This record gives sequence, structure tokens and C-alpha cells, in this order.
Amino acid sequence: MKILSINDLNNLRKRAQQALALREESSDTTSEQCCGLASGADHLQLLCCGGTGCKASNSHKIVDNLKAAIEENGIADKVEVITTGCFGFCEKGPIVKVIPDNTFYTQVKPEDAAEIVKEHIIGGRRVERLLYVDPKTNKTVSDSKHMDFYRKQMRIALRNCGLIDPENIEEYIARDGYQGIANALLNQTPEEVIEIIKASGLRGRGGAGFPTGMKWGFARGYEADEKYVVCNADEGDPGAFMDRSIMEGDPNSVIEAMTVCGYCINSHKGLIYIRAEYPLAVNRLKIAIQQAREYGLLGKKILGTDFDFDIEIRYGAGAFVCGEETALIHSMEGKRGEPTLKPPFPAEAGYNMKPTNVNNVETLANVPIILTKGADWFASIGTEKSKGTKVFALAGKINNVGLIEVPMGTTLREIIYDIGGGVKNGKEFKAVQTGGPSGGCLTQKHLDTPIDYEHLAASGSMMGSGGMIVMDEDDCMVSVAKFYLEFTCDESCGKCTPCRIGNKRMLEILTRITEGKGTMEDLDRLKELGEIIKDTALCGLGQTSPNPVLSTINNFWDEYVEHVKQHTCRAKQCKALVTYSIEASKCKGCGACARKCPANAIMGDIRKPHIINPFECIRCGMCKSNCRFDAISVY
Amino acid sequence: MKKKEEIKLACTVVQQVEEICDKHGNKPGELINVLHECQALHGYLPEEMQRIIARKLGVPASKVYGVVTFYSFFTMTPKGKHPISVCLGTACYVRGSERLLEEIKRILNIEVGETTPDGKFSLDCLRCVGACGLAPVVMIGEHVYGRLDVKDIRQILETTAAQD
Repeated sequence: MKILSINDLNNLRKRAQQALALREESSDTTSEQCCGLASGADHLQLLCCGGTGCKASNSHKIVDNLKAAIEENGIADKVEVITTGCFGFCEKGPIVKVIPDNTFYTQVKPEDAAEIVKEHIIGGRRVERLLYVDPKTNKTVSDSKHMDFYRKQMRIALRNCGLIDPENIEEYIARDGYQGIANALLNQTPEEVIEIIKASGLRGRGGAGFPTGMKWGFARGYEADEKYVVCNADEGDPGAFMDRSIMEGDPNSVIEAMTVCGYCINSHKGLIYIRAEYPLAVNRLKIAIQQAREYGLLGKKILGTDFDFDIEIRYGAGAFVCGEETALIHSMEGKRGEPTLKPPFPAEAGYNMKPTNVNNVETLANVPIILTKGADWFASIGTEKSKGTKVFALAGKINNVGLIEVPMGTTLREIIYDIGGGVKNGKEFKAVQTGGPSGGCLTQKHLDTPIDYEHLAASGSMMGSGGMIVMDEDDCMVSVAKFYLEFTCDESCGKCTPCRIGNKRMLEILTRITEGKGTMEDLDRLKELGEIIKDTALCGLGQTSPNPVLSTINNFWDEYVEHVKQHTCRAKQCKALVTYSIEASKCKGCGACARKCPANAIMGDIRKPHIINPFECIRCGMCKSNCRFDAISVY
Repeated sequence: MKKKEEIKLACTVVQQVEEICDKHGNKPGELINVLHECQALHGYLPEEMQRIIARKLGVPASKVYGVVTFYSFFTMTPKGKHPISVCLGTACYVRGSERLLEEIKRILNIEVGETTPDGKFSLDCLRCVGACGLAPVVMIGEHVYGRLDVKDIRQILETTAAQD
């Protein structure tokens, strides 16, 4: 069906809203009651997470089994199964949510499907064993609204993830989708739209936080026969998956925002640069683009106006540096993704030397809702200079791994202890790494710092794309710094000397330190080199690459000194600095460790305490993970 | 006299590669898309194939090689029947994926980027499959193994090898 006017769009929206009403309504009711066909419900929906994380735990099989069970019971006319985007609570995935009573089933297995249908859908009784158990009260919680993980969140960019079917454009339209572009095309000039974005205070979510409205204004200012709108979906920060989840769960929001940007800067062509490693996101985008074309929301004469806009997908091929906009543009041109000096900025000479505007996925996902709800609404959320919300991928040593979205200004403590449920296994919190390989570590003393662009930068880290990795007492900060530097050395494009050679030298020094061969002069040299690289590298990747090292030196100086002076690693992570031994009092002489030891370094007679030959031991940890009596100690 | 290119690829493969180039209008700007399709077709990008692409798109072979080696997604060595990818994203790293990698290297006796002599397994690292809730994660083929411990590795490899 082609949408030719705003009336068509509104009619479609009304129709689609009826279909979605069950889900919309239920999000406001606190139904304690369990709805099933037996208790009088006449229409039920089962939402199943179809994000990459849950798919890895076979969520697609859950969908198949649910459908089969529904078919078998002859209730297909009353019950629907819908695959949605990510719910965010990845730790407890795969997730199945029952509408209208909002029951939130966690860690569902394909074989649980039949029971959910029989007990809940037909019988109207919750399957208690699949409910979330609040670790604080030990009670089950059936509605996600009452879980600590969701209570402090505010979902704006993720507003449709886990709610709508990303492969059905009508569900997006039901959620006021394409209203922003319709209103812009029919009632607003491009300048007015840019003013709204400026007034909202939206800043780039990809890292540096440049004001989006201003960026659009620059691109509008350059005249050319062709201009381009580029969506940067090359999410390369290891451990971050915000952009992917948005594209998987709500691809139409990106398409709508790119169209709005096209209207604002007078461009007719959009390009999405996406990692080839994201097959699911690519597929969902393709479907969404196809549907938008069929509905007349992309292509010629959008909504009956004279505005034309279409979008193409370009694939990245695995290079972290391509997240930098000039490198990204070179990569789209079929070249090596090497950055170039700015100016000229892409707004002046970007793709094919034409004016180009590059925005990140999460930034774009905020645009449609700013247009429908207004700049004032958006600007009322967040802190003075950082408006709106930020999505973080919370991972590492934390109880509730997942994708979260919080207003700017939320403290680290709220994120880690309230939403994240604290550090895993009751260990002590040590640090949280934000901003990936370009960011730094925040520690205990930063727990009450409000998270926004300014505060993170002042603490020696940065917002980055939004990866947030929690570390506990078992993590060695020198090793962590080395890990990031290895990443940077791998990913450095090699164009400028400070990044190519400087980082390599820093990595060599760090390696020496983790082997217990470092000197105090090495520490000074690390700092000096880091500062020089920051000042002299060509692009954003190079200039921020020493951050993980400098920030760990600042915050964990003692740990570096211990490695150098005492040759010890308090986290027992640096292999060269630890010794494995068997506690004779605990060893039962079962021989499990000796059989598993790859180096044949463990000796002893059966039923008598064994010993480890330190000269043969390769410190692989195999014995420790195989000992059933906790007899292996590491010091 | 210019030395003639020595092509050992099957005629059908050569033809298919040329067709892919034609489909993209033989434009140099389409190089990365062409490489993606060729790798999907053949599994890897041997030197001969790069020469064919260079000739078709009218760019120096050195440029094609430069692009192939720049991006980690492209490979010049054939993958094993069961390609193993160990996630070294930060979330997996702090939950011990490096130890898993060491163990796989030790059992298969290959380094990262290599394939076992029998062609069964190849080993690579990747940065984040996005299943951080399951960290640490190892992918074998399309299958994701999550929440792994060093001691699970041998069993998984043996089961995978036994599938053939």
C-alpha cells in the first residue's frame, strides 16, 4: 500500500494502533492477575526476543515451538507470537513476554514453550519457575516494570525495542512512526527542523558528542549537485552493542531520521555503513528499507510532496578505525579505511568529495521522537549540557548484563548497583571501563559522578559509544590496559607514526611490566609516550588510544608499582608473576589435576597430596578449574 | 615481455568472479562490495582472484591486496570446515576468554589465523558477537557456545569433530 498523503498515514496509523493496542495498554496497567483463555482473555500475544544475544540461546526455536503448541491446541485465532527486538535484559535471556498481563518469562528454553502455552495461555496460571526472582527479596516478580533493572531506566532511543515487530513497518507507524518526517515535509522548512534539533540539545552519541543540529546546519550550508546522509553503523567498540540492538529492534526509526536529515540538508541519497559482522541487523534494515519503499516512505515524491530520498546499505569489513568519519567515507568509496586530516570536514567534502553528513545510529534514533514530542520535552531530560538519555551496554563482572538506557546525569552507582544489581559473585567493585579502547576507567571514587559528556571527560574517560565494562578485584588493571592497547595496535591503520609506532612501543613496555621485567623508568616513559600520542596522532582513534593506559596509571598507580617493584600481580592475572600450588591439607589425591595438566607438571601418588613442579607449570589454570576440593591456590 | 598471469582457479570460479565484477559495473568504488561477494562465493580471496578483480575493475593489484589485508573480515587463507571464533570483546575478556583461546590453540596445535592440517578447524578471534550476557563466548560455525570454562573446550571440540 502506498502512502500518498498525511491522511493515508494517519488512517494507517489508526488501524495499526488497534492491532498494537493490547501491548500499549498493558504497559500502563499493573495487572497482578494472570490472563489466560480460561480466565476470560480473548486475545493474547507472546513477544519473544529476537535479538542476537537471545538468538544465540535459541530464541528462534522458542518461537517455532510456541507456534507449534498454539497450532496443536487449536487456538491460533486467539494467540499471536511476535518476534521483537532486544528487551535489554540479556543476562536473563531469552525472554518471552505475555500480553496483556505483562508476564516476563526469563531464561526460557525451547522445551518450555509447550508448558507456557498449556499453563499460562490456556490455563491462566503463571509458570512460576520461569519468573524472575528478585535477588534482594527472593520473591518472584512477574512484571518487568517492577524489576530494579527497569525501574530507573528511561527508554527513548530504545522506545520500540522489545515492543514492536521490527519486520513490520505498520507497528512502527502505530507508534507515531513517520509522523516526524510527515510534519517536517508538510509544515516545516528545513531551517525550522534544524532549529528544533539544535534546541533539543541532541549531541552525537558515537563518542565525541558534537551537537547534531549544528552538524546538520553545516552540511546544509554547502551547495552541491549531490549531497549524502550517512548513518555510521560501524560499531566497533568491543563489548558494545547499542547500535546493533536499535537496528535489530527498530530499524525504521533510523530510516525516518535519515530521511529527515536528507530533507534538512537537501540530500536525496542516504547510505548506511554497517559492519558485515551484523547479519541480523543488516537483514532487518533491508526488510525495513524495502517496506518503506513499498509504503512510499522512501523513493520518489515521499508523502505526495516533491521530496525524493532513498537509502542504500554499504558494508564495512571489520576495521575499528572506520568508525572515524573520514575513514568511514574512504571505506565506502572502496578504499582502505584510512582517516584524513580535517578540514575539510565531511560537511564540505565527504563521500565522493560531496557534502556529507555522518551521524551515528543512536543519535538518529532520537530524532523522530524529538520531532513528535518537541525539543522542550527532550531538553528537559538530562543535565545542563548533555540532554536526553544514553544507551549503555552493561557487561563484564556484573549481575545484570544487558542493554540499558538512562537519563544523562544518572550516577555510576545507580547504574551498577540499582540497575546492574551489583558486582557478580559478591566480589568487590574495582573499576568500570567506559568508552572502549578510547576511554578510561572510573573507580570507586567516581561512583557518585553523574554520567554525561563533561563529567566523563573530566574523569579522564569518555562517553564513547556506550560500552560499560565492570571489573572486580580479580581483574588486573595493567593487563586490562594491555588488552586495550593490543586492540589499538591491531586496529591502527598505520598511516600516522605516533599511533603506528608509539602504541607499539607502549605495548612492549606494558608487556614487560606484566612479565615482571618493568622498571620505574618504564612507567615514566609510558606516561610521556601517551601524552605525545594524544597530542600528535592524526585521527580520533590515535588521539584517544593512550587513554586506557593513562587512566589506569592515574587511578591504579600502586598496582603498576607492585608489578615493577615487587613483581606481584594482586589480581593473579599476570601469568609470569603467579605461582600455582596444591594445598596438601585439602588435596585428596584424586589425580584429576594431574590427568588434565597439559604440561605434565603435577606429580603424586593416588590418594596422597600431589605437588606442582613450578618449572614445568605453564599456569594455564586447568588444574584449578578441575579440582573439586578447592585445593589449588594461586599466589 | 609481460609475464602472463598464472591462474589456477577453476574456470567456473573465474567466470563467477568476472560476473560479480560486471554486476557492480566494474567500478573501482565497488571494490569492497565485490570482495564481500567473492569471499562469500569462494570462502577466501586467493592472490589469483585478487588479480582477476584488479584487472576487471581497472585498479592495480597492489590496491586490491591493500584493501584485502586492511580489513579483518577478508582472508587469504581457506577456513576450516568448522571455523572457530573466540570472542575477545572486553566483556568476554574480563570473563576469561583469553584462557579459552590458549586452550584451543594448545589442543588443536594451531595459532590464530591458521587452519588444522586436516582442514577441520580454523581459529580466529573476533571482537564482540553481542552475546555479552553469555560471556565468555566461542563460536563454532554458526553455533554460539556461551558461559564456557576452560575445561569444557576439549569436549566441545571432540563433539564437533565427531559430527563429520
